[in-house]
Amino acid sequence: MAVELPEGVVLSRLDALANWCRKNSLWPMPFATACCGIELMATAASRYDLARFGAEVFRFSPRQADLMIVAGRVVMKMLPVLQRIWLQMPEPKWCISMGACASTGGVFDTYAVVQGIDRFLPVDMYIPGCPPRPEQLIQAVLDLQEKIQAEGTLSGREFQRPWAQVRRRVFDPQGLVQLEVPPALRSEQASRN
Amino acid sequence: MSDRPSYDEQLQQRLREAFPEYPLSTFRGQLRMVAPAAELMSTMRRLKEEFGFDMLVDVTCVDYLHYRGAKDRFGLVYLLADTENNRRLTVRVYLNEPELTVPSMYPLWKAADWLEREVWDMFGIRFAGHPDHRRILLPEEFTAHPLRKDYPLQGRGERHNFPVLTRPES
Repeated sequence: MAVELPEGVVLSRLDALANWCRKNSLWPMPFATACCGIELMATAASRYDLARFGAEVFRFSPRQADLMIVAGRVVMKMLPVLQRIWLQMPEPKWCISMGACASTGGVFDTYAVVQGIDRFLPVDMYIPGCPPRPEQLIQAVLDLQEKIQAEGTLSGREFQRPWAQVRRRVFDPQGLVQLEVPPALRSEQASRN
Repeated sequence: MSDRPSYDEQLQQRLREAFPEYPLSTFRGQLRMVAPAAELMSTMRRLKEEFGFDMLVDVTCVDYLHYRGAKDRFGLVYLLADTENNRRLTVRVYLNEPELTVPSMYPLWKAADWLEREVWDMFGIRFAGHPDHRRILLPEEFTAHPLRKDYPLQGRGERHNFPVLTRPES
């Protein structure tokens, strides 16, 4: 039996309400180290206008941001800084890996350049391109909004799920990197099969 | 046209007289000289005080490993400039392992400070008497000298040697 609602009242889950608030007011932290940063600035400026999607308030302090956009290559000397900035951002927080270099190292396959920030940080969205067009970044923000709306919870439970964990990498001096799948993920994989 | 030798010719002549044993040559109008490592400090001091090379433009290095016809492993290159007469001189010093130490040029030119630190960082050449002999570009804990030709381009795993942050941890 349906409950009669007074006019102007909408029922929703609290999670959905929180997600709706969060997704429409993302505060990006621009971690721009290379030419992708120029496209990032163009996206935020008047022509492409990221403000249309509620993500225009760029904050250069990680304490005031909830979306880190890593735009450009990250060298091994910069990675501890990147990790520290990520840790300083308050929950809930998301990360966009913008461009080929941030996602895979790009053409910079050298001793100093980290081959993809997702080796050391959780990443929510990857943007291909060298550098990506502003439209691609906007699409990534829209996709992230969709992801937040679909998966987000008020308590942040989605961040505790096994698939949200980055696989641990074991470093050995031979330069070979071995993958270690966490036990929780292994059991989830087994149940899916 | 006068019969007087040009300043370049005079400089070459004076350098030949001052350093008769050192090979002196020109390449595309640029003067080059090779000095032995043992006499580097005295040579450079004379170049500065007697020849007027008052500016150290660059200190860099070449690794001649696997280089065709090369007899020595490293070639340390000093680029000098005489800002009054607008003349330049390249001084080259050949070095071989294990004696990869040369005197620092910091007492003569303060510019040597960071330039020599970079050569130490990338090639592992030591500069005796340098006031601040540290790495300049790579992190302190880096152990190799990556511009040496026997260092692999993709490194020895240094770029992957970091803790991994997971969602629950961060």
